[in-house]
Amino acid sequence: MNQKQKQNIQLPEGSLGKQTSTLNLGPTHPATHGVFQNILEMDGERIIDAVPTVGFIHRAFEKIAEHRAYYQITPLTDRLNYCSSPINNMGWHMTVEKLIGANLPKRVDYMRVIIMELARIADHLVCNSVIGVDTGAFSGFIYVFEFRELIYEIFEEVCGSRLTTNIGRIGGFERNFTDIVFQKLDHFLKTFPKAMEEFETLFNRNRIFMERTIGVGGIEAERALNYGFTGPNLRATGIDYDIRTAHPYSSYQDFDFSVPVGTTGDVYDRFLVRNAEIWESVSLIKQALQKMKDLDPSVFHADIPDFYLPEKEDVYTKMEALIYHFKIVMGETDIPVGEVYHSVEGGNGELGFYLISDGGRSPYRLHFRRPCFIYYQAYPEIIKGSMLSDAVITMSSLNLIAGELDA
Amino acid sequence: MLSNEYIQKKLVDKFGEAVFQFSEPYGMLTFEADKENNLKVLTFLKEDPELMFTYLNDETVVHYPDAKGKELAVVYLLQNIYAGIRVRFKVYTDIQKPDVFTATSLFETANWLEREAYDFFGVNFVGHPNLIRIMNVEEMDYHPLRKEFPLEDQTRIDKDDDMFGR
Repeated sequence: MNQKQKQNIQLPEGSLGKQTSTLNLGPTHPATHGVFQNILEMDGERIIDAVPTVGFIHRAFEKIAEHRAYYQITPLTDRLNYCSSPINNMGWHMTVEKLIGANLPKRVDYMRVIIMELARIADHLVCNSVIGVDTGAFSGFIYVFEFRELIYEIFEEVCGSRLTTNIGRIGGFERNFTDIVFQKLDHFLKTFPKAMEEFETLFNRNRIFMERTIGVGGIEAERALNYGFTGPNLRATGIDYDIRTAHPYSSYQDFDFSVPVGTTGDVYDRFLVRNAEIWESVSLIKQALQKMKDLDPSVFHADIPDFYLPEKEDVYTKMEALIYHFKIVMGETDIPVGEVYHSVEGGNGELGFYLISDGGRSPYRLHFRRPCFIYYQAYPEIIKGSMLSDAVITMSSLNLIAGELDA
Repeated sequence: MLSNEYIQKKLVDKFGEAVFQFSEPYGMLTFEADKENNLKVLTFLKEDPELMFTYLNDETVVHYPDAKGKELAVVYLLQNIYAGIRVRFKVYTDIQKPDVFTATSLFETANWLEREAYDFFGVNFVGHPNLIRIMNVEEMDYHPLRKEFPLEDQTRIDKDDDMFGR
């Protein structure tokens, strides 16, 4: 029996050999949830190679930041991970506070914890419900967005805006939490857990969802570390690295919470880790509200008049406030020379600020350590050998935010 | 338990005069080495069983146009995530000949971070597997985060752009 007869499929004489095809996924593909381009090399429906291209919405924030006063950089950080901009804002405030050596009152720290954990819930809700959408379950997405709206209403009440919040100031908050904020927080804490339970019931043990996500897009812990993974994506591989416990900031050491971890680092584990983190965040908000009850309710910023922008009403009526306002806006305050790195646990990983000050009005150099820029490098390795549809849910489960990736 | 003094002692024991300028700004151990030694130091930090700085947090470049002969500083931020301790390690290079060995063989993280550093500062990472621009277009012939590169003048009037209102 010769070689030709052994084959199941008889190719006619002189036919071409097997060929791979090139597929352009993105940059404006609806399944990529952002401006991502991947040039895929496909064998049938299996991915052989992927080449990601980034930089489509690069806005040169690091360059702009070198020409802006410190308080003007907060709006730039909004536009990094815009699903949880309050965390970015707080991270920037804390970096500057570390540079100038400001001590913050406990109440400000707890207020920040409340806002940051709300932002984390919103971020995780978007990410997890979108994994649902990509696997064909649209109802979960519609359902939890009602509660994301409640969170945004709280932000609106605190600072006036919803998505790109520019919340807080260097040294605290621009105004105190009003009664309405506490009412809205109460309403959220009462209604959200029930909806979250339903959301988990919908997905966690759903046969179709499990079949679709278990074993898809997995990465080993060692590779994840080498690739610089952080946040829920790293914790899903089994490493309990969380900035809130490893390098506590904003009085996170006062709180009692656990760091959920996964085992295999696949899409399903990432989903479960985020869900578990939402529960931890709810508990953190409750603890923070409890702790705030014992503290002086009129404190909402540190006493650092050289850096904290005074209230507008005072600027118009009080001489001192006017002087400080003028000094801050015109860059007349002395800023220490030095270099400082501060990181916060963002929605999708370690968001770091590397700030070098030469004493001037604006930073000498400011570098953002953007978590998803760093871990997106692993994407080709993760999806190699998997199906095209798996690549799509892997991308949404990594919680990639184009604004942060391109800075 | 790891402390900054102990890390400094281990580094000095191993490299002697080749590591210098130790300081601790805001509690983070910071030191320098010659750019020829950057891989030796990084490998030691990563593979020493006591130090275990197996995690590259960040890598970036700072431009100091006034420091002749050492205009560009490549800054590595390494972390031992088990002990939760970070160190900052710098090497300086001449802007005329900005060749620095790549860290991609040690850390996959360095791949895109070095591409970004090349894109914005023009540091040539020797041995990098794919050193091409990452954020900017291929046709660009300058490195925009260098200090001599200005921001666009907001008052210019020669640009006719109806779309953005000027």
